[in-house]
Amino acid sequence: MRVALFITCVNDTLFPGTGKAVVSLLRRLGCEVDFPAAQTCCGQMHVNTGYRDEGVRLARRFTEVFAGYEAVVAPSGSCAAMVREQYPKLVRQGSRGAAAIAEVAPKVYELSEFLLDVLKVDDVGAYFPHRVTYHPTCHSLRGLHLGDRPTRLLQNVRGLELVPLPAAEECCGFGGTFSVKNPAVSAAMGADKARSVLDTGAEVLCAADNSCLMHIGGTLSRQRTGVRVMHLAEILASTEEGGAQ
Amino acid sequence: MSARDEILARVRRAVEGAPEVAIPRGYRTATQVADLVGLFAERVDDYRAVVHVLPAAEVPGKVAELVAGRRMVVPEGLPAEWRVPGAVAGDSVTELDAADGVITCCAVAIAETGTIVLDSGPGQGRRAQTLVPDYHLCVVRADQIVAGVPEAVARLDPVRPLTWISGPSATSDIELNRVEGVHGPRTLEVIIST
Amino acid sequence: MSATFLGMPGNFPQNAAEAVQNSQLRYNLRKATHTIRGKRANVVGELPDWQELRAAGKAIKDDTLRHLDRYLLQLEEAVTRAGGHVHWARDADEANRIVTRLVQATGESEVVKVKSMATQEIGLNEALAAHGITAYETDLAELIVQLGDDFPSHILVPAIHRNRAEIREIFLDKMRPVPADLTDEPRALAEAARLHLRERFLKSKVAVSGANFMIAETGTLVVLESEGNGRMCLTLPETLISVVGIEKLLPSWRDLEVFLQLLPRSSTGERMNPYTSMWTGSAEGQDFHLVLLDNGRTNVLADEVGRQALRCIRCSACLNVCPVYERAGGHAYGSVYPGPIGAILTPQLRGMSSDLDASLPYASSLCGACYEVCPVAIDIPEVLVDLRAKVRHAPAERVGMRVAGWILNDEVRLAKAQRLATRFRKVVPKRLPGPLSAWTDTRDLPEIPEESFRDWWERNERA
Repeated sequence: MRVALFITCVNDTLFPGTGKAVVSLLRRLGCEVDFPAAQTCCGQMHVNTGYRDEGVRLARRFTEVFAGYEAVVAPSGSCAAMVREQYPKLVRQGSRGAAAIAEVAPKVYELSEFLLDVLKVDDVGAYFPHRVTYHPTCHSLRGLHLGDRPTRLLQNVRGLELVPLPAAEECCGFGGTFSVKNPAVSAAMGADKARSVLDTGAEVLCAADNSCLMHIGGTLSRQRTGVRVMHLAEILASTEEGGAQ
Repeated sequence: MSARDEILARVRRAVEGAPEVAIPRGYRTATQVADLVGLFAERVDDYRAVVHVLPAAEVPGKVAELVAGRRMVVPEGLPAEWRVPGAVAGDSVTELDAADGVITCCAVAIAETGTIVLDSGPGQGRRAQTLVPDYHLCVVRADQIVAGVPEAVARLDPVRPLTWISGPSATSDIELNRVEGVHGPRTLEVIIST
Repeated sequence: MSATFLGMPGNFPQNAAEAVQNSQLRYNLRKATHTIRGKRANVVGELPDWQELRAAGKAIKDDTLRHLDRYLLQLEEAVTRAGGHVHWARDADEANRIVTRLVQATGESEVVKVKSMATQEIGLNEALAAHGITAYETDLAELIVQLGDDFPSHILVPAIHRNRAEIREIFLDKMRPVPADLTDEPRALAEAARLHLRERFLKSKVAVSGANFMIAETGTLVVLESEGNGRMCLTLPETLISVVGIEKLLPSWRDLEVFLQLLPRSSTGERMNPYTSMWTGSAEGQDFHLVLLDNGRTNVLADEVGRQALRCIRCSACLNVCPVYERAGGHAYGSVYPGPIGAILTPQLRGMSSDLDASLPYASSLCGACYEVCPVAIDIPEVLVDLRAKVRHAPAERVGMRVAGWILNDEVRLAKAQRLATRFRKVVPKRLPGPLSAWTDTRDLPEIPEESFRDWWERNERA
């Protein structure tokens, strides 16, 4: 199966390792991976901060770049939710833009959805001998309704000990520009999330969104907790022969 | 332009061209409950009200026992077989405030929510009569109990003043925990007559 | 809105920054919101048809709003036919003048009040006071706020920011009469309120209330409450004045079968609240006046996205699950409507010209927990995002976002920007200057990688 990788601007710029992990994982499962070079950003930051015009331009670019692909895989619940849930609200019903979105949006999958719902794989043959806890990020939980897909995948990783995160469904406080526009509340939420993570005794915090992990990880690091954060793709890409990177 | 006309004009301008709305009513409107009396009793009890389930023949005796020694308000139309000695009419607020309690029937009761509804009908009194006295004894006939809220709403007549009662007066204002006993009757006692 | 909140200084981020450092507030709010979350989840989980009720509730309210003119006229006719009097108020001033005139006509100088968001919104108590009329709040939480000379911080439980020990202090300090041996047991505190208000209830001639619902078809008003103070106010006084927002309508009597299930379970987390009163026009010979309030509601109604906020039944489930509200508290929102619903309602009712009101649409991480629990399915994140597009942005931010948009709208520009960041990766300071310090004050920065994904792909994969 030929799939387009939508890397997302945050992963592209700051977390290329996640992208490489997706590529190696999908290839291991027999997919042909394409990276349309004209892709940039889904526009979520602009739309959600109140810059709709800029956001709409980026959304239009997205629909053009990814038109025609059978499946588009994004290692980000938040960006996938942006395309599927928010794009339709940016355009007038019945417009050309609406038709373009209706064409592309249903083919955009968050990684765990693609693995379980399209490839029908729940054991990706990964090996990761560590104690891990999983944070279901808000947009993957309440936007995409990923449910237990990510944890089903993690449970089948050899060597991995999955421990439940207390108050898992509570937002970590990242919220995009919320993290700098309301830094006090964001930090307070981040501190509580970090405490929940520490309570699990896990050495790795995993999630399907690097932006949330950047916030929680930055908090854990500032507190010198010694807990590291990893994107779901990176754990799933790890094998006995070594990591994806 | 009057305020009335101006508000109505603003409303009309605001919703012009808005789509019509269809109302889906896929919720339960006739719930089957195997043991209505049992469920109602359990749910009333959850509110920390006192509940007795008795055959109709034993109700007068239980009423007599419960009202003994209390100066009770007796609303018009209360069944004559419930004899309440020394009853007060309770026409003024002062009289009501001096009384120890009130005994009533009800219009309908809801099993799922443990609710009693009074509609000022026979034996139910004016609204103040069931409010000011500190003790409310209510006799519910088993055939007055319906399963859920929709069944109750269908039985009631909105022209009459209605009071829905679910347990004794309570508040959740202190740390969001329910505490019984504020301005309304602090004790609610319910006899379910089967 | 409430005079007490008008001209509130600051903005949400500043207010919240102070609040998050208040240990007592944080402790009280965490405890209360977590208690109610659990209770709500239990009683909502009991109903197999919750989602169907929610869908019906949403649609009934949307239909109400679609034909609000027709339903308002129907209501007016029904109330009038049942012996009540209907008044219309374009704004807060007009509503306050009407109520003041009605109270003056009775010759009384005191009124008792049932908790009402609408009368708080219009600052009725202050308006009455200016005419020598004293309004006594009778709801326990309102009493705590009024005695403590405080602001409400929650829609349902205005004193949620106070714990039992603080309430005891306020009562001992300000309540007369007060039991000398008052403890901080909730039962004892409730008992003290009962004693304090008893006489007032029994002698009051005029009461002011709001309403949870008004039924257009029958002219019936509905008030849900817990303590019995509502029943006291609604039944004992000779004159009853109810001030109700025009959106509080329901078309038909039958619609209550939906809302009397949605509201109690969503608000206090009970299968049913202790008392619900329903009356139509002049009940038991009472002189009844209904004041229908617009005060900005028709402006909200005109907004295609924002109008869904008018579906709100003031249950406050969204406040109770909101992680931002839990940490910032209600006062930070500077409005009688705090929390997620306040963040979309206040800016629509008041406009976004003040610093505070312009900051409210941003008082959310858009986590979506509010939408999930809303019994009438108000998509609060959607309205927040829509309001953010309408607010005036700070010039520096505007420039920054435009530049970011320009870079992101071209893959070549993006690649160049990424390479620039990569080149300086070793010299990025641990603490960033200016507005970006908001990130590094509490969090470490991720390391900037040696190359972006697209450069890696270009180097390795593009043949």
